[in-house]
Amino acid sequence: MHEASLAGGVLQLLEQAAARERFRRVGSVRLEVGALAGVEVRALRFALQAIAPGTCLEDARIEIDEPAGSAWCLACNASVEIRSRVEGCPQCGGARLHATGGTELRVVDLIVHDD
Amino acid sequence: MCVVCGCSDPDQAGAARSSGDGQHPATAHPAVDARTGDLHYGAGAARVSVPGMSQERAIRLEADVLGENRRLAAINRAHFEGHGVVAYNLVSSPGSGKTTLLCATIEALRRRAPTLPLAVIEGDQQTSNDADRIRATGAPAIQVNTGKGCHLDAQMVGEAFARLPVHHHAGDHGHGAHGHVHAQGDEHHGHQHHHHHDHAHAAPAAILFIENVGNLVCPALWDLGERAKVAILSVTEGEDKPLKYPDMFAAAQLMVLNKTDLLPHLDFDVQRCIDFARRVNPAIEVLQVSAKTGQGLDAWLDWLLQAPAPAQQAAPAVQAAGSESEAALRARIAQLEALLAQSGHP
Repeated sequence: MHEASLAGGVLQLLEQAAARERFRRVGSVRLEVGALAGVEVRALRFALQAIAPGTCLEDARIEIDEPAGSAWCLACNASVEIRSRVEGCPQCGGARLHATGGTELRVVDLIVHDD
Repeated sequence: MCVVCGCSDPDQAGAARSSGDGQHPATAHPAVDARTGDLHYGAGAARVSVPGMSQERAIRLEADVLGENRRLAAINRAHFEGHGVVAYNLVSSPGSGKTTLLCATIEALRRRAPTLPLAVIEGDQQTSNDADRIRATGAPAIQVNTGKGCHLDAQMVGEAFARLPVHHHAGDHGHGAHGHVHAQGDEHHGHQHHHHHDHAHAAPAAILFIENVGNLVCPALWDLGERAKVAILSVTEGEDKPLKYPDMFAAAQLMVLNKTDLLPHLDFDVQRCIDFARRVNPAIEVLQVSAKTGQGLDAWLDWLLQAPAPAQQAAPAVQAAGSESEAALRARIAQLEALLAQSGHP
């Protein structure tokens, strides 16, 4: 359940932003969790809701984008889109894939309130 | 631009803060012009003030959630290199025989390279049992109890490393004293090319084993500053574990199949397991060992001592992928093809 640690990381980033940019509470926050990031989105959402009370994240709307993963298929010699590391190439069905993208785990942006 | 009121002079916002009670957010709306005392209403996104309605604004953060850990891991990595220490992050499920393998490895390394300093960082939620087992071999060990935590992070490893004798070993192996200058932002350069040529066959001046918390999920995401992650899988487990826990096997450079002495009593299909591992990580190396009988330990020691080139260190699971140039990617592909050819795959 490393999502709890990651939720703590998200909150830390938001609190640093709150101190730097001087806002009180977050109205909504948008995260990006790539399909190959190794993160269970439902668990992350649960963990964020669990730690939110009493913080700037309380009552915030949490949006999570889940971009697909990408991989280089050694057989097709092309970049292809995949949803998990155990999936075959969508073009040739082959398993000789080298993951190249979709590991993002970022706080993208947020709407904040100063009151 | 001032992020409080959108005016062009950030000092005004600072002045507003210092003129208040230190609780800037309470005074942020209206923002106060320190010079004239003017009040800025309607500085929010709507550019208009509505009584009773709060002002809101958008902030673009684009921040990596694991960025702080990555920063600390880069410091660890520079620190290890400064001391000539090669660190391996050993990951597995509970019960794969990590600690037993480590004890056997330490004893075998003692015979092979008697002067090579060794050290161990042991991660577990509770107890110092594992560190006690390591210390019984004579090697220094620090136990890190993570409490409820399911993985070690770079900060824990940095603090544990500072307590180990290998940390005080700098200077007598030509690496010089603390050269920690390239701590930040160093992750994305050098490791694929630079290390290949300079360090690929240089013997380590010391080896640090980091035995992570027994868990095939969470430790995949936390870079500790290691040269390589080593996934240990015992043959008493399912041969499909690489498919069940793909992130870990994708992040690992080497898979060690342990307890091979038990193979005659099991239905474990070694080749199938290796095929599964290569499906999630075409470049993963594989060794078969038995910590109990010593079978395969020589090849394992060779691997540890030849300081393998960390092509996979910038593991897809822990590094933002966009950082690879096309040329680097093509070079990597050539390397993967070579590895596949070597291993007899079509």
